[in-house]
This record gives sequence, C-alpha cells and structure tokens, in this order.
Amino acid sequence: MLKIKNLHARIEDKEILKGINLEVKPGEVHAIMGPNGSGKSTLASVLAGREDYEVTEGSVEYLGEDLLEKAPEDRARSGVFLAFQYPVEIPGVSSTNFLKTAVNQVREFRGEKPLDAVGFLQMIKEKMKLVDMDQSLLGRSLNEGFSGGEKKRNEIFQMAVLDPKLAILDETDSGLDIDALKIVADGVNKLKSPDKATIVVTHYQRLLDYIVPDFVHVLYQGKIVKSGDKNLALQLEEKGYDWIKEELKATV
Amino acid sequence: MSTKSAKAELENIFNTHFEDFEKSLNGLSEKSTHEIRKSALDSLNHIGFPGNKHEEYKYTPLTRQLQKNFRFERFASTGKLKLEDLKDVPFYNENAHIVVLENGVVNTELSKVNGAQGLGIMPLKEAFKQNNEALANNFGRHLFAEKDAFAALNTAFAENGAYIHIERNTSVEKPIVLLYITTGSGELTYHPRNLIVAEENCEVNVIESFTSLNKGNAFINQSSEIVVEKNARFNYFKLQNESESTYHIDNTQVVQHRDSLFNAYTFTFDGALIRNNLNIALEEEHCEAHMYGLYLTHGKTHVDNHTVVDHKEPNSFSNEIYKGIVNDHSKGVFNGKIFVRQPAQKTNAFQSNKNILLSDNATVNTKPQLEIWADDVKCSHGCTTGQLDEESLFYLRSRGISLQKARNILLHAFASDVLEHVSISFLKEHVEYLIHKELD
Ligand SMILES: Nc1ncnc2c1ncn2[C@@H]1O[C@H](COP(=O)(O)OP(=O)(O)OP(=O)(O)O)[C@@H](O)[C@H]1O
Ligand SMILES: [Mg+2]
Repeated sequence: MLKIKNLHARIEDKEILKGINLEVKPGEVHAIMGPNGSGKSTLASVLAGREDYEVTEGSVEYLGEDLLEKAPEDRARSGVFLAFQYPVEIPGVSSTNFLKTAVNQVREFRGEKPLDAVGFLQMIKEKMKLVDMDQSLLGRSLNEGFSGGEKKRNEIFQMAVLDPKLAILDETDSGLDIDALKIVADGVNKLKSPDKATIVVTHYQRLLDYIVPDFVHVLYQGKIVKSGDKNLALQLEEKGYDWIKEELKATV
Repeated sequence: MSTKSAKAELENIFNTHFEDFEKSLNGLSEKSTHEIRKSALDSLNHIGFPGNKHEEYKYTPLTRQLQKNFRFERFASTGKLKLEDLKDVPFYNENAHIVVLENGVVNTELSKVNGAQGLGIMPLKEAFKQNNEALANNFGRHLFAEKDAFAALNTAFAENGAYIHIERNTSVEKPIVLLYITTGSGELTYHPRNLIVAEENCEVNVIESFTSLNKGNAFINQSSEIVVEKNARFNYFKLQNESESTYHIDNTQVVQHRDSLFNAYTFTFDGALIRNNLNIALEEEHCEAHMYGLYLTHGKTHVDNHTVVDHKEPNSFSNEIYKGIVNDHSKGVFNGKIFVRQPAQKTNAFQSNKNILLSDNATVNTKPQLEIWADDVKCSHGCTTGQLDEESLFYLRSRGISLQKARNILLHAFASDVLEHVSISFLKEHVEYLIHKELD
C-alpha cells in the first residue's frame, strides 16, 4: 500500500531524512521509534505533503500512485491521514464547520453525495462515542485552548470521521493519561481492517501494549537503522537507544 | 502642473462654488449657521488642501486625485431616484427606520421613518430652519474645521444630510438606517452633513450604507457630528461598498460624556479611494469606546482609516481592532492615534491593526501613534501585516480541504473577531455575504 524508497528530504539547507526505506502492506501496523530529533515527524509531514520540506531524492508510492506529486488535500482525500504531534490552534474557525467542510470535500472526491446537517450530526455523534469526546469541544474554535490531551483526542476523532486508509499517528500517546490512552488505542483498533494500515510514531511501549505492532522500526539520524517485531519495542523500552548507536558505530 | 497651483486651483473652484451656494440660499439661512459656514471657508482658505507631503495625507494623495479626476463643473442634482431603483439596495426593505439620501439630500418620500416616541429624524435643512436649541448648541461645535481641509469644506457647504435627535431615556428599538445613494451620469460632488444627538440614557443603533447607482466619478465629502450624552449607548455602523469611481472622504467626530458607550464599526469594500477620519473625544470619566474596522479590498481600491481616540478624563476605556484583507493592487492605510491627557489617569486604551496581503502588489501602511501624558495608564498597540499562516493552511488541507477553501476559511476566521460583535443580524448577514463575494 505504501512504498517508501530511498527518501531524502531537507528543510532549508539541513538534510533531515537521509534515505528512508519502508514498505507497509494493507492490514499492518508499523511502529516507528527513535530518539528526539531523528526525523520521525519530518517523515510523517513529508508523507502528508507539507511543502516546507523539500524531497531531494527517492520516491513514495501509495496505492500504486506517486504520492509525492499530490497536493496535501488530495492525499487526504485518497485516504492518508496524519494525526499531528502538535495540532495547530485555529482561532475563529468553528470545529463543527471545519469538520463538515472536510467530510464533504472528501465525500465529493469519492463521488459521494454531501451529508446534510442531520446526516452529519448523526455521524459525528457516533464517532464521538468511539473516542469518548466531549461534545462541547465541537462548539469551540478548532483546537483553541484545548488541553494537550483534548487536542490528541480531537485528532483521533477526526481520524474516525474521515475514515482513512493509511493513518499516521505522530506521538498521539504523549500527553494522554492512561484512560485517554486506552480510549485512543481502542479507537485505533476499532478502525483497523484488512485493507487499512497504521503507522504509529511513539516513544513508549505503553501505547504498543494496546496497539500491537506487526513491525517496529528505529529511525535514527534520518535513516531506519533497525527493524524488528514487537519485541524490538520491548527491548528499546528496557535498554534505550545506546546499544543501537553502538551497533551502528561498530558497522561503520 | 505643480501641486501648489493644483491646490490653489481646487481652492479657487470651491470658493466660486461657495459664492453660487450663497446665492442659492438667497439670504434665507439662519445667520449663526451661515457664520459657521463662512468661518469654515476661511479655515479652508487658511489651511489649504493637503499637499503630497502633508503628514496626515502622505499615503493618501487625495488632493492630487481630486485634481486629476474631477472638473467640479456641476453640483450634484437630485430627482432621479425611483422606488424601483431601491429594490436591490441593501437594507431598504429591512425592519428599520430608513432614511434615503439621494446625492446627500434626504428624500422624504422614499424614506420610511415610522413615528417612534422620543426619536426625531429630519433633513438637516429642516433643522436649520427650525434652529432649535440642540442644533444651535451642537452644529459645527464638535467637528473642527480648522484641523482638516475636508471637514472645513463640508462645513462650508453644510446644508443637506440628516439631523437625528434621540430624547433622554429613549431606547430606539429599530435601527436607523441612512441609505446614501449616488445617482446621475456625469461627474458629481456632494457634501452630506449629519448631526446626531443622543441624549442622556438613551440607546440607539445607526447604520450608514453607501450605494452607487451612478455612472461617472463621484466625490462624496461627508462629515458627521455625533454627541453621546451621559450614560447613552450608541452603536454606529458604516458600510462603504461603492463604485470603482467613487472618492469618498468621511469625517466623523464623536463626543462622549460620562458613563457612555460608543461602538463604531467601519466596513469598507469597494471604491476608488476612501478616507475615513474617525475621531472620538472622551470628554468625561468612565466612557467606553470601541472601534472596529474591516476592509476587504481588490482592484485598485485605496482605503485609509485614520482614527483618534482622545482620553481627556480618568477611568475611561477604549479598544480598537482594525483588520484588512488586501488583494490585487489595492492599498490599505491605517493610522491610529491614542491621546491620553495628563488628567486621564487609570485609562485603558488598546489598539490593534492586522492585515493580510493576498497579492504581491497589495500594500499596507500602518502606524500607531500613542501620546500619553498621564502616568497611571494601560495602553497597548500592535500592528501586523503578513500572509496567511502556513501551518494552519496545511492543517486544513491535510484534512482534505482544498487550498482555495482553506484560504477562505482562514480569512473568514480572520475577519470574524470584528464581525462577531455586530448585533444587528441583517447587517451582519449582508457583510458576511459581501465577504463571501469578495473571497470566492
Ligand atoms: N522547520 C524546521 N526548521 C529547521 N529545522 C527543522 C524543522 N523541522 C524539523 N527540523 C529539524 O529536523 C530534525 C528532525 O525533527 P523531527 O521533528 O522530524 O524529529 P522527531 O524525530 O519527530 O523528534 P521528536 O521525537 O522530538 O518529536 C530536528 O533536528 C529538527 O530540529
Ligand atoms: Mg516528532
């Protein structure tokens, strides 16, 4: 479903991604871990289409198409969803109107009729239950003054509403208390299906207790330096990253 | 032609106009009123039209534009406006007191002013004839002709416009709407003049809306004096959406007394050149004044908002938010002056001007000017001019929203903190509609 080959990306003069290779198949869950500043969010942003990053080499194929040449909105419409590490606050934009616009633009792209007010509200209610979101948040400006946890929950809620094929969750677990974590994980698991895939970026094993990954990758200095199964995450939790850095030094 | 002689030529033209105007009055005008006119003309001749380097007009070369685009051969005439012309004019059919002004002259037949207890609305000309006490005490007493050439020009020709008087303790339920409609086919000039006196403890909403049904260049040189007496609450809205050949200058002088509240809203869309001088004098303690402005411009429209809030006594509050979305080759100018005089301790005065440029050719000049002589005050100001926030745009697009739509959403949001305070729903809806039209 997603094939990343030798992906290099930079911002201004700084090269951040230095040759990423990763393949994700339908139904799989991939976890990406790695020290701060290693390029995890950059990878997520490049996949979602953020224009600040310049791709200098490599390719990304998504559902057989060249993902990199698509505008961010077209990526979203064809099923790519990024839950942001730091969702931006947008004062003056009502959460409800925003969601309705998003849903209907995505529906239009898929050749579906736009939802009317009633249909939309029904759908929203259902999805809100899924992530146990407080309805009052929807009456406010988008993310404005939301607590860290509320923002993260809102991301998962949007994911539930937009029903993506490839979800990329960038540290959605940070800032969540244990109950919220379970709810978020639960939400993700409920949305799991054989034709969908998830990439979770995280620093902690505790999320992976709930969202069990098929593969775990370590991103370090802009490259995936190690891949394994869920046991790799347990190892990292126990030993940190130093042993991987050592291994790397040894091979150089 | 050098500016100097251009200025002088304009001054000559208006002196000749004044002679004609005096003849048309035929000695019938109340003497004291006419003295005010004559002294205003003297002021105009004394200060002259602002030249290119004039501090208050340096970004808005009004004199040059008038010189270039007008011949000033004819006065505006009236009598062309018909009922059917009004059907598409915004607000004409709203539930409000509607005053129709054709080329600045009140058309009583087309106006729809329902009798309301404590509310008096009449053509200024009528009020001059009656020369009642409120008029005599206020006309020409607040707007200082010595300070601005266009205020002087207006005062010299003051004859037409509206006189509105709200008696004490009156809550005027329906908004008062002044519909200015420009008609005719050639170039024209008019000088509408208003006086609004809101007495103690009254409450009123006044909307001014400008529509062009004419062809050709129009120069509208408007002035208003607004007196807000003790504990009165006044909402004042101005909607400027005129033809691309309209040159509009507005001088509005507001005087507030103790415990009064005044909210000004200025919405500007189309026009060739629009200059608004909004001056609010807080004469006494515990006044509250809000100035909201929103300008959305495209083409070559030039919009200049100059505001002054003058804190003269302690414990007053003023707040100003002006926002601009400037597109194509259009230009926005903002100058906000806050004066806090020495006795005006415990003043709170805030000001912000934010602009979004939608094109590389659009420009904004913004300048706050705080002059504070009191020491125990809270004042702040901030100006920003820039593009839409990239991060917010990306967030919206990452949810499947098109770039165009995402831009619109953010621009609406940008405008919303001016609009959200508008309490009159038909006005708010219309402004929202105009914003949509401008942005889509
Ligand atoms: N806009 C930017 N300008 C300059 N440097 C940037 C920019 N965005 C990212 N970087 C740099 O790129 C590197 C990778 O950042 P990125 O956010 O991808 O790391 P990360 O792996 O997500 O880290 P964390 O675990 O802390 O979230 C960092 O050194 C960061 O400072
Ligand atoms: Mg990150």
